[in-house]
Amino acid sequence: MAYPYEHPRESRMLSQYFGDQDAIGIDGWLERGGYKALDKALGMAQDDVIQVVKDSGLRGRGGAGFPAGLKWSFMPKDGVVPNYLACNADESEPGTFKDRELMRWTPHQVIEGIIICSYAIRARHAYIYIRGEFVDIVRVLNRAVVEAYERGYLGPSILGSGYELDLTVHTGAGAYIAGEETGLLNSLEGRRAEPRVKPPFPAQRGAFGMPTTVNNVETLASVPHIVLNGADWYRQWGTEKSPGTKLFSCCGHLQRPGNYEVALDFNLKDLVYDLCGGPPEGRELLGVIPGGSSVPILTVDELDCDVSYEGIEAAGSFQGSGGLIAMDDSTCMVRAVRRMVEFYAHESCGQCTPCREGTAWLAKILRRIERGEGREEDIPLLLDIGANMAGKTICPLSDSAAVPVVSSIQKFEYEYMAHIRDGSCTAKR
Amino acid sequence: MDSESKLVNITIDGAEVAVPEGTTILDAAARLGIVIPRYCYHPGLSAPAQCRMCLVEVEGAPKPLPACVQQVQDGMVVSTDCVEARKARRSVIEFLLLNHPLDCPICDAAGQCMLQDYAYETGQLRRRAVEPKVVLGRDHVTSEIVYFGDRCILCTRCVRFMDEIAQEPVLQVVNRGHYGYIDTMTDELFEHPFSMNIVDVCPVGALVNEDFLFKARSWDLDQTPSICPACSQGCNVALGTKENRVVRLKPRFNPEVNSYWMCDHGRREVVRWGAGMRAEVPMVREADRLVPVDWSRALDAVVEALQGAAGGAKAIVDPGASNESLYIVRKLMDQAGFDGGGFRVPRGPQYVLKGFPKLALREDRAANARGAEALGFERVDDIYGAVSGHQGVLFVLEERLEDAPAGFADGCALFIYIGSVLSPAARRAHIVLPSPSFAEMDGTFTNFEGRVQRFTQALLPPGLARPLWMSGSAVLARLAGGEPFSSAAAAFAALADEVGAYSGLSYEKIGLTGAVSASAESGATAS
Repeated sequence: MAYPYEHPRESRMLSQYFGDQDAIGIDGWLERGGYKALDKALGMAQDDVIQVVKDSGLRGRGGAGFPAGLKWSFMPKDGVVPNYLACNADESEPGTFKDRELMRWTPHQVIEGIIICSYAIRARHAYIYIRGEFVDIVRVLNRAVVEAYERGYLGPSILGSGYELDLTVHTGAGAYIAGEETGLLNSLEGRRAEPRVKPPFPAQRGAFGMPTTVNNVETLASVPHIVLNGADWYRQWGTEKSPGTKLFSCCGHLQRPGNYEVALDFNLKDLVYDLCGGPPEGRELLGVIPGGSSVPILTVDELDCDVSYEGIEAAGSFQGSGGLIAMDDSTCMVRAVRRMVEFYAHESCGQCTPCREGTAWLAKILRRIERGEGREEDIPLLLDIGANMAGKTICPLSDSAAVPVVSSIQKFEYEYMAHIRDGSCTAKR
Repeated sequence: MDSESKLVNITIDGAEVAVPEGTTILDAAARLGIVIPRYCYHPGLSAPAQCRMCLVEVEGAPKPLPACVQQVQDGMVVSTDCVEARKARRSVIEFLLLNHPLDCPICDAAGQCMLQDYAYETGQLRRRAVEPKVVLGRDHVTSEIVYFGDRCILCTRCVRFMDEIAQEPVLQVVNRGHYGYIDTMTDELFEHPFSMNIVDVCPVGALVNEDFLFKARSWDLDQTPSICPACSQGCNVALGTKENRVVRLKPRFNPEVNSYWMCDHGRREVVRWGAGMRAEVPMVREADRLVPVDWSRALDAVVEALQGAAGGAKAIVDPGASNESLYIVRKLMDQAGFDGGGFRVPRGPQYVLKGFPKLALREDRAANARGAEALGFERVDDIYGAVSGHQGVLFVLEERLEDAPAGFADGCALFIYIGSVLSPAARRAHIVLPSPSFAEMDGTFTNFEGRVQRFTQALLPPGLARPLWMSGSAVLARLAGGEPFSSAAAAFAALADEVGAYSGLSYEKIGLTGAVSASAESGATAS
């Protein structure tokens, strides 16, 4: 049974068993080599595990791309207070659906990564904070956690090593901002999912006031492979600064949308046109958002870059969460941006003034322009509001909301002007 | 901050300052006299850094930083007034005004509103938004406090007061983002003995006290430092007065007594203080009626009566009277032979403010029971029983005698009533000396823990009412020699000389935040 779309040019490490029903249960997973990495890790010193991950150059897959091993090394080692690991499975970035598939098909891959990471950072309790809408995935995970307990991969003295770990699956209640790491921690504690002021960083004061590492599902799922095969093996893929493979959740106007795992030096244009098959017959692509709705839009001309963190950044956007959204010429850019901004206005936690008021204001202006009631002075106004929102708040949601507005005006101003001047739309419906 | 902590040097707007490690930029700037604009930050509450009004530029930082939480680092160079910081502030004001009704002309907070102040300061004459404003309306949160949702800037100071200081987390932001507003968890109103502090902490006019609503413009109020007389805590307050009436009280910061807070009981009581039939002119009994006279004739009558007095002097005093008045009464009594004096204290349940437990609405609902005790007056259950059958001189100071038994003071050779309110029993006096209420004169109270605190005159007393340090000391000068006191301060100086509990104190030393006498401190007992 083949996973919806596969392509020979993929580098399938994480997604190797996507579509394989037998890999979900623990027996099937063990047959496929599962938990060997854990066995190896428990035989290593904790700092050596951190060192391997550092050497591998694995970067956080949640969007920010912070080096995972470095993040782990910030955790206190003295054991005065308990350390925690929180696995961020809130996957709420519009256009992203890779963590969902990782947990759906290979829950034990994720759990193994969690156990190894917990061991390395000296945590005795780990949490999977998963978005509440993933009802079916929660069931899969809960079952996998029970299996792991039954087989002694969780609980007291894992595999006879004396290392003890509990793992709790915690469901969120439906807020985008609970995917921001400190918002997640507040939500985990039972508070409103409002991001915290940093510093202190989670490694100093995180969940329940204790040192906490927050890592994305995909980051943790990569860990067993790195521990088992070594840093050099992992560096066979990708670039110096962005080693390894990454899942891209490709959606929108594509012939073959879906998750594709590619090495991080893969060409973005090839990903869109070859792996995903490009736009539907008779259509042309207008633009591609490479990393979830929070990153700038790239025009088709800007796509010829590799998908590494630095490659996409040089092209003018960010790899973000790897949620690739393709838009063809049937797209009304004003409408698409309006929809995105409405999402951010709905999801702003409301703490910071610029975000709370700015997101709603942007949405109102965009709605007005879409209706054909725009004014030419709305364009500089939108840009100025965007500038007033960016970098002025506790968390980056405000920046995220400003990004699609600013980047779409920079690259597709003619669409705005068509709405404003002629009350028409350039989309080819 | 302990004194041993390391000092770091930073530069703010070109001026250098050394502050202890761990100080925030906002506090460091305050030392240089630079006030960084803020909304969500309140010195008595935690700082969530969410209004983003206090953003400042720090050299080397990629983004502007919130001054209210950002701690200083050695060598930091901060600019609060550069183009970027100004633009950030300006934009926050613009964002906050997007849905603000701009109803300053009918808003209670106008004139004391931080939104108004900073909006004027940033000077944005034209509104860039053309969209209609969101209208939220208003609602009660307690039976006395109204929430104007449209004016709210969601700074969450009120939420944090209830969380952190009242420790009764009944308020919250309901909904998310720009749909948010402040409300209780349930549909019901909440009650808390310290609830009105949320009105004080509100930086705009979103939470207002219904008792004050539409009564006065804040700039029409005179502000006078005073002490709340409603219980023995002695909260430092500012009396807001207009047209010779107290219209509201606001707590005045004193870290030793009440911090930034005070209870609701005090606010409710004081705006009603002194209600009743006021004594306005001195009166002397002629046969069976009281005849209004001028002060010289009244004082003549007192002197004459005391010179021939026999049978000792007893007194009923009010524990809300000032130390100065109590002292003069005590001195007058000594002229006729002090034979004991009593007072009763209205009592009520105690409510401690959990987040600042030094402050409580005390069981003793009077300001100066401790001061009365220091002058030899005794707390008694039955003030009337102690004087029944007394045939000598009877002084009554401020006690209203509302429940006096029939035939009260009938047997007394001389009954002198000194007070601000004239009740039927007070009209049985031989001589009535009208005195001002606490808001109408200077004086001191001694709070439950022996702290002596000054209140100052906010109102003009009615008619010819005079404080007792003035009228009574004139009598004393004639009876015992010496000069009458020229001020309340002089009366207190004499009191401090004589009474150990006040030794070493003076009005100057007490200042506006109070002081405890060294002798009282060593032998202090809590009441």
